[in-house]
Amino acid sequence: MSEKKFSKKHEWVSLDGDVATVGITKHATELLGDIVFAEVPDAGKSVEKEGQAAVVESTKAASDVYSPISGEITEGNKTIVDDPSSINKDPEGTSWFFKLKIKDKGEFDSLMSKEEYDKFCKDNPN
Amino acid sequence: MEVQKTALYNIHKNLGAKFVPFAGYEMPIQYKDGIVKEHISTRTYAGFFDVSHMGQFFLEGDGTLTEALEKIIPADLKSLKINHSKYSFLLNNDGGIIDDLIVTKTEKGFCIILNAACKENDIKQISKFLKNNHKHLLSNNLSLIALQGPKSVEILEKLIPGVSDLKFMTGNNFNYDNENLYITRSGYTGEDGFEISISNKKVEKLINFLISNEVKPIGLGARDTLRLEAGLCLYGHDLNEKINPIEANLKWAIAKKRKDVGGFNGWEKIKNLLTNGSEKIRVGIKPEGKVIARENTKIFSIDDNEIGLVTSGTFGPSVNAPVAMGYVKSNFAKVGTPIKLEVRGKKYGGKVSELPFYKKSYVK
Repeated sequence: MSEKKFSKKHEWVSLDGDVATVGITKHATELLGDIVFAEVPDAGKSVEKEGQAAVVESTKAASDVYSPISGEITEGNKTIVDDPSSINKDPEGTSWFFKLKIKDKGEFDSLMSKEEYDKFCKDNPN
Repeated sequence: MEVQKTALYNIHKNLGAKFVPFAGYEMPIQYKDGIVKEHISTRTYAGFFDVSHMGQFFLEGDGTLTEALEKIIPADLKSLKINHSKYSFLLNNDGGIIDDLIVTKTEKGFCIILNAACKENDIKQISKFLKNNHKHLLSNNLSLIALQGPKSVEILEKLIPGVSDLKFMTGNNFNYDNENLYITRSGYTGEDGFEISISNKKVEKLINFLISNEVKPIGLGARDTLRLEAGLCLYGHDLNEKINPIEANLKWAIAKKRKDVGGFNGWEKIKNLLTNGSEKIRVGIKPEGKVIARENTKIFSIDDNEIGLVTSGTFGPSVNAPVAMGYVKSNFAKVGTPIKLEVRGKKYGGKVSELPFYKKSYVK
């Protein structure tokens, strides 16, 4: 697997061949608080870069999860749908949201590195 | 208007509060533990809430004060005993709810606890009925602390002996650190507990005692999940000036004597609704599965006719499921009626549920 890349909307992506795995960052879960609901896309659905792809809700509010990269969904993570609180526990590991077959690796390369993302979060605390 | 802060602002900050603007105040929405843990701490042990933003409105006067207040409040204030409290409302001419409140009879008159966002208008509305010999004061020097949860009584009794003798919806004066406190056994969580009116100068000392007894600070986030599980209304969401107590399913809060005799704002409308029923009514709603039906979610019948709107909805940590309340056409109000809820353009199943979602344990 490749290194993780990050979006300004607090998603992470890792790439294995032409299949990307997408989730929300630890920083995002800290902003959201206790997660109580998740909805993930079904396999076969097409998503655009920065298009709405999934939903996550905390006790406070509902938020959209965007795909930082375009492609066709190959799998949604049903585990987080059944146990939304697992997202708070391991957001950047087992609690990924969906996998997709990407079209353009350039979209992946243009995302932020870990260092760039950490700086982005520091500069934009909310 | 400048944002106001309660006397405990710095304490909240030190406890790791995240603040939100609420009714003109900077208030903690949650602390380090987060909403779910705060909620569970309150239900299983005890939590404290800074509700000093609420209005503590004191009125003094003779029998004519009671008469004046009864014109806008449909409680039986004449029969209310000293140190006894009632849940009631301020009503407009159309029977709409200007605010919901707790009124307590004091030795000199009454104390009314008002919602923060409504308090200024409330006082304007109440004042219309007051006479020159009626004194009134909205206190700026008092904090209000809610202590809620099953361990509340044991913990507070250690500091202020005698509080365990209070019954639900009664209060009394107590001495603490050479100062008078007024404590009622009441709350907004569905748990046993107290609301403590204490001077801004002494409140920090009280909070330090509570913290040393492992009572957790609880923010507005968990206050909302707790009150919703307990089936209690939040003004500005479940109640407003266009909703009357019959529609709000709160007719129990209008004194029987007052229903028959009237003499308060909106009585004719309310009497008519008591006889003929209202078109819509507030109900509890349980969505199927995990989907959360938040405020303004449209409610549909099984055959897809729009029948109402959700006014509060969240995830209930103690129920371990989503919970909501809202208004539906009265012929769909029976407990168990299947409904549909439109969330993000998609319809999900649900049903009309009993309130409260979480059973209370008040000390009567």
